[in-house]
Amino acid sequence: MKEKTKHVIVAGGGVAGMEAAGSLAEMGIRVTLVEKGEDPGGHLLQWHALFPGRRPAEEVRKYLRKRIAHENINVITRTTVEKVRHHGHEIIADLSGGTQERADALIVATGFDLFDAHRKEEYGYGIYDNVITSADLEEMFNRKRVVRTDGSVPSRIGFIHCVGSRDEKVNNNHCSKVCCVSAVKQAIEVRKLLPECEVFCFYMDMRMFGPYYEELYRESQEVHNVNYIRGKVSEASVNINNRLVIKVEDTLAGRPLKMELDLMVLMVGMEMSKPGARLAETSGLSTGINRFLESADHHYGSNRSGVAGIFYAGTCTAPMNITDTISHSRAAVEETVRYLGSK
Amino acid sequence: MSEQKANRFGFAVNRSRAINYDTSDRKVREYVTLREPSFRLCFACGGCTAACTAGQHAPFSLRKMNTYIRRGEIDTLREEVARCMLCGKCLLVCPRGVNTRNVVAMTAEGIRKLDRNEL
Repeated sequence: MKEKTKHVIVAGGGVAGMEAAGSLAEMGIRVTLVEKGEDPGGHLLQWHALFPGRRPAEEVRKYLRKRIAHENINVITRTTVEKVRHHGHEIIADLSGGTQERADALIVATGFDLFDAHRKEEYGYGIYDNVITSADLEEMFNRKRVVRTDGSVPSRIGFIHCVGSRDEKVNNNHCSKVCCVSAVKQAIEVRKLLPECEVFCFYMDMRMFGPYYEELYRESQEVHNVNYIRGKVSEASVNINNRLVIKVEDTLAGRPLKMELDLMVLMVGMEMSKPGARLAETSGLSTGINRFLESADHHYGSNRSGVAGIFYAGTCTAPMNITDTISHSRAAVEETVRYLGSK
Repeated sequence: MSEQKANRFGFAVNRSRAINYDTSDRKVREYVTLREPSFRLCFACGGCTAACTAGQHAPFSLRKMNTYIRRGEIDTLREEVARCMLCGKCLLVCPRGVNTRNVVAMTAEGIRKLDRNEL
């Protein structure tokens, strides 16, 4: 007798969820992909180009769209998984809107939220003109127009690293990993788009952890003349010319420094997503001190939840870049398939 | 730098220690960067300072000097650059391949020109 087709729910249709759904479908497993937004794609939908090679984000979006265009995948949008529990041999997931979905396993791929820059009031996001986030800047790149609120072209831009990361004041002691290299990438893009514009990065440490990141950092200095000042900006204000004035310690000179900027870009970090946190709360999934999902084992079980039939993929467990997210997601699929085989 | 002198009213005023990037003079920086583009690559690791013979005996740090060049702190730079003996040991250490010896030479030259109003 032919075995019944297995069914897996994937909670979250970002990079991790789409890759997981695609891999599972390819193996003949039926997948229900649950996405909270209008379309799958996650944060990648807002991005213009990707580090380290500055390739168009569209290339990866295209790959992922193709990945989920499979007859075994049913995509449900504008929906979240609100609760999941193990019942007999089944996984039962309560979806927003009151429906229920039954499956053999579930992969949590709820991803991350960008840090809300309003919370660092001293930087004036939402208070002063011309204070934007790294995501806002990507939007500007999409429109190929980097301008101030009054439409004028900036002659000096500052990137502020670690906004909402490595900061006890906002309850985030963790490093978001990708903001450093994002700033380097965006700094280069600004220099290419506006060759007359000076660019400064204000950093605490430059964490170039991935392949070709350090090379990109070097290129930004060598070829594009991007300036780096080591120090955390303490506050921003606006002067009579409507330029931003920042205060920072130049920790290499050992002295305080003041500088005017036309545009200030806040490199916002990653936090556990709200739907992910809700799911963890309702379903008894344990979370770490950084509020991301805590895996069964830090080293060799980062895809396991500790609950049979529930697995983790991507940035719901920790900040990650796209490369690592896709690898982590494939590993989650491997764990899931092994589990399905053992049932 | 921050001189403290009592004025005629009997109280002292401290000059600000802050670097004001918008009023500082970065002509020397431009002079150095143009003639020694590798200068841009310094990421302030301090290898040069650790290797420096002059630095063992006098308060000289090439790592700090590079920051002063970038920020346009000319007065500090003038004192600093005179302490280098141009032995070039720093050159052997630099992980970013900065031609450190030429940075010092160009800085000294840049300051001389600045003082003669030639920049």
